[in-house]
Amino acid sequence: MTDQAYNFAYLDEQTKRMIRRALLKAVAIPGYQVPFASREMPMPYGWGTGGVQVTAACLTPDDVLKVIDQGADDTTNAVSIRKFFQRTAGVEVTQSTALASVIQTRHRIPETALSAGQILVYQVPIPEPLRFLEPRETETRKMHELEEYGLMHVKLYEDIARHGQIATSYAYPVKVEGRYVMDPSPIPKFDNPKLSGSAALQLFGAGREQRIYALPPFTDVVSLDFDDHPFTPTKANHDCDLCGASASYLDEVIIDDQGSRMFVCSDTDFCETRREMGHVGRLGTPSNKGAQA
Amino acid sequence: MKDGPVDALSGGFSAPSTQSAFAFRQILRALSEPGVIVDLEGASPPAPLSAAAGALALTLLDGGTPVHLAGSLDCAALRNWITFHCGAPLCDAGSAAFAFGTWADLAPFDRFAIGLADYPDRSVTLIVEVPQLSATGYRLRGPGIETQRFLSVPDAAPFQANRALFPQGFDAVFTCGNRLAGLPRTTIVEHA
Repeated sequence: MTDQAYNFAYLDEQTKRMIRRALLKAVAIPGYQVPFASREMPMPYGWGTGGVQVTAACLTPDDVLKVIDQGADDTTNAVSIRKFFQRTAGVEVTQSTALASVIQTRHRIPETALSAGQILVYQVPIPEPLRFLEPRETETRKMHELEEYGLMHVKLYEDIARHGQIATSYAYPVKVEGRYVMDPSPIPKFDNPKLSGSAALQLFGAGREQRIYALPPFTDVVSLDFDDHPFTPTKANHDCDLCGASASYLDEVIIDDQGSRMFVCSDTDFCETRREMGHVGRLGTPSNKGAQA
Repeated sequence: MKDGPVDALSGGFSAPSTQSAFAFRQILRALSEPGVIVDLEGASPPAPLSAAAGALALTLLDGGTPVHLAGSLDCAALRNWITFHCGAPLCDAGSAAFAFGTWADLAPFDRFAIGLADYPDRSVTLIVEVPQLSATGYRLRGPGIETQRFLSVPDAAPFQANRALFPQGFDAVFTCGNRLAGLPRTTIVEHA
């Protein structure tokens, strides 16, 4: 049911045109942050106002929308954004990665490989990868102009000097098509390899910081590293306790006062699909849905 | 296209919010997957503007986008149509955010905005009306293309010069009837 008090997908047409023009320039200059006139949305900053505006500008009535928060379809942020678009755009929603045409995500890339025609919209808190190294926008803009990215390598080097390895584990900086250094949003570095050569279009929206950037399909994205300290994606060294998956990104969950813990897939759709297929982990029980199907 | 005369007040979208949403997704696909030819329906602009270019104008132009009409497209009927439907100010080539014209009328391309070194997004998007559009001719490579695609662009040299300016440069779309293909500045155009 669409709420008729609002234009399709909430935003007015003038705003959508402005965001759409920014998206097209973002696609034409992969990794470059295009400024846009971000609007106040009916949710606080930090809840995905940038991603919501990008999704609103992209949605058509034929789309099937999936929203995830740290991989999960059933957490507050994901549920409220999904309901927002059900109400204002009347689009069909799904929890299945394969069935979705537009996926809005906070801090994860789905485990299931994305396919051509899908759009992945990231919610981005701080789009500028150099911001914590140089707070002045005038300076970071000049650094991007001059490809002056030495400071970022110094930061990674200091990681090695202090910890013996690159300790950055999320929002791990990448270089796009050999030109712009880009913040992939706070996804775990486990997900970084999926940024490169993806068949899907990847769009990034930062509402408070008023920036949009993009990776067209099959764009070359390289995680920054050193010859003697190559980039390595990491995950908890366990299998999923519910579905037994050995190669998915895991959340650690404390389950009693004695500090016992379990590791579960952060991607709930991936985990449930595996359990329905009959995979059972260390603490899991066979799925009812799978038995009925 | 509609039968009979098209005046400035007709030929727009009948359901702007959904039609522009569908049109934008096609344009987004064309520019993120260079060489893919998409269909763009719903607009009936006055001749000689194509339906696809008309739909793009209705989807992307407004009071914030100076528009340049080159050569034969710079006619009263089209000026009035764009002014009424989009409210976009008409301007010279150098200050245009969008420029419409045939390949011959738009040349030379170095008169258009290519953006600034620190703001390369402040560049023109050229809408090139071509007599035919097909997946043949020059080879395309680059972001958005897995291996290679082919597109019947009129010439490779201006795009090779444009590619050398990266990250500055212009972006182009080719329109023919109700069909549209994109060629952003990242695409490498070469002889097949």
